Amino acid sequence: MVELTINNLKKSVPEGTTILEAARSLGIHIPTLCHLDLHDIKMVNQVGTCRVCMVEVEGRRNLLPSCSTTVAPGMVIHTNTNRAIRARRTIVELLLSNHPSDCLICERNQNCELQSLAAELGIREIRYQGPRLRAEKDTSSYSIVRNAEKCVLCRRCETMCNEVQTVGVYSALHRGFDTVIGTAFDKPMLDTACTFCGQCVSVCPTAALTETNDSAKVWEAISDPNKLVIAQTAPAVRVALGEAFGLPVGTRITGKMVAALRRMGFDKVMDTDFAADLTIMEEASELIHRIQHNGRLPILTSCCPAWVKFIEHQFPSLLDIPSTCKSPHEMFGAIAKTYLAEKLGVDPEKIVVVSIMPCLAKKFEAKREELSGKEVGTNVDYVISTRELARMIREAGINFTYLPDEDFDDMMGESTGASVIFGTTGGVIEAAIRTAAAWLDKDNPSPQIDFKSLRGIEGIREAEVEIAGMKLSIAIAHGLGNARKLLTEIRDGKAQYHAIEIMACPSGCVGGGGQPYHGNNIEVLKKRAGALYAEDESKPLRRSHENPQIHKLYEEFLGEPYGDLAHELLHTHYHERDIL
Amino acid sequence: MAQESVEVRESYPELDAFYDSLSDKNGALIPMLHRAQGEYGYLSQDVQLYVAHKLGVPASKVYGVATFYSLFNLERKGQYKINVCLGTACYVRGSEAVLEAFEKELNIKRSETTSDGLFTLASIRCVGACGLAPVVMVGEKVYGRVTPDDVKGIVDEYLGKAGEGNG
Repeated sequence: MVELTINNLKKSVPEGTTILEAARSLGIHIPTLCHLDLHDIKMVNQVGTCRVCMVEVEGRRNLLPSCSTTVAPGMVIHTNTNRAIRARRTIVELLLSNHPSDCLICERNQNCELQSLAAELGIREIRYQGPRLRAEKDTSSYSIVRNAEKCVLCRRCETMCNEVQTVGVYSALHRGFDTVIGTAFDKPMLDTACTFCGQCVSVCPTAALTETNDSAKVWEAISDPNKLVIAQTAPAVRVALGEAFGLPVGTRITGKMVAALRRMGFDKVMDTDFAADLTIMEEASELIHRIQHNGRLPILTSCCPAWVKFIEHQFPSLLDIPSTCKSPHEMFGAIAKTYLAEKLGVDPEKIVVVSIMPCLAKKFEAKREELSGKEVGTNVDYVISTRELARMIREAGINFTYLPDEDFDDMMGESTGASVIFGTTGGVIEAAIRTAAAWLDKDNPSPQIDFKSLRGIEGIREAEVEIAGMKLSIAIAHGLGNARKLLTEIRDGKAQYHAIEIMACPSGCVGGGGQPYHGNNIEVLKKRAGALYAEDESKPLRRSHENPQIHKLYEEFLGEPYGDLAHELLHTHYHERDIL
Repeated sequence: MAQESVEVRESYPELDAFYDSLSDKNGALIPMLHRAQGEYGYLSQDVQLYVAHKLGVPASKVYGVATFYSLFNLERKGQYKINVCLGTACYVRGSEAVLEAFEKELNIKRSETTSDGLFTLASIRCVGACGLAPVVMVGEKVYGRVTPDDVKGIVDEYLGKAGEGNG
């Protein structure tokens, strides 16, 4: 232990503690900008580039950055001297002198770490006038917009992309004043190996990285009297949207969300969870088929489009192992434009499917050529993130917290508890195992529902599940760095599993790149996941194959699970992509 | 900007041999880029990608390092490098006008290369021949007391040489 004094308070902290951590343990606030410690997902950005957290240490001539200076015995630290505060203010002024002052019309207005810092430090003028970095916006991708002019070079995106996700899209390029965080050879994002997971957007303190805004297209479709516009909502949205309206983290707002969508003018408000149940029908069938016919194992879940793009770039030799199932919202689109169109007596051409997702990669996925068939056109027309939905609800003047709870529309609005937990790490595989267990163990009157060994927050988890005397070996990874470790072992023949679930985002979709900003607090993600499990337990039906609407869909339209029509509408294929 | 001509090569045996000779593979990125520039004159995208794959690092990182150090050239240089001195002595005697005359004559901006690959135009700081100001160097050859009117003659001299070489 190391004894030290901060602002006249004595404290003993373990060796290796930074001044910042020691100060926080005393309840002392030191402003930071580049620093980010999400230790639960092993993301620590401690590059010390911004110098906002400078403090005075007695006996040291220069101020020291508290985020990257470890404590020494007997250190006497002052965090709030006039000198330290003036230095911080000067540093932020210098940052602002190279930053557009368009806060009023900025995507991150009122939700920007640089703006908050300027407010906190009471900056009222920028004394430094000089050239400002000029750069074109990169709007090439369907998911992420890069605006280097708003970049403060904190390097969080680079740390996230390179160290946590191991995708390596970003690097600091050029030098000095011309430094930008960019891609290899300044390629547009669409031409890189970016998976569009959006985790860089989640940790960006400013509007240098934001989502592509598709809300105008959705408003236009809603206002077109010749279109039937259907909203479908992913499970993770209903446990995070409330945060955007000041509700406590982890509040379930499913009913209010449905009410809001209806008031916005969507013709039908339906549930991606319905399609998640459908996914399980297909994926559990595929799992059993592969096991019983000595097919390729392990089977990998294919719900996460960022993860799918990752394997296409990074592990092309393993493209035969993911399930061929489309992701749930794509299945929803395919069924909406065939079965539902017929049931409603509507021309499929007039149907517009809008997916509301916690995800930015879904925007790219919706543009994949192989996900639009001759019969149905594009499965999904527009994808908007949870954040975009929150903005649209505000634009529409809807007082969200006062809305009554409403139910999803019939037919494709019904879902089971199994589909709800798709939104957190381990949920998809648990849902698949629930149904597989019931199907394989037909004589068992009460097959297991809760498979708690599959839950948790560890980056890579393994579990063995026994079903009808058969031992199934399961692995789960979340975060693409963890996925890479698991896939490397499989490619090299060092690990054998029956089934694997991978989610690109740490914690799964609750931590998706399109969710309300978690404020650099991983506890937020845990509370959202807890809310999903609570919603699961509250449902009368908790296994996908028990969903009566799903039964009806197979009876009236699809025929057998994993059958011919199901293959045509609900399954897809993958292709190799270059690494850049 | 000169067009980047992507040279697609199956392999870079010189780089492979150099890599094998390195005792510490961990810090190999800068030595590899240095060697590549020595071998091929500049760092094409292709060679940067090759180094990235060889070392198992992201291409973005290789490009980041290549753009950080001014020593590395990302574009192929011309056969003749024309350097106009903008040091104090040359500058006050009108070398800026000489540089502009070269830009006009070659129809490129400073630090660019002509599309035929013959000339690269650049400015330098003091070559230590201030008595001859303004000074222009083409390759190793020094031209003193250059005026804008001399520029066409200097360019023609090398165009003639290139013609003979190709003929």
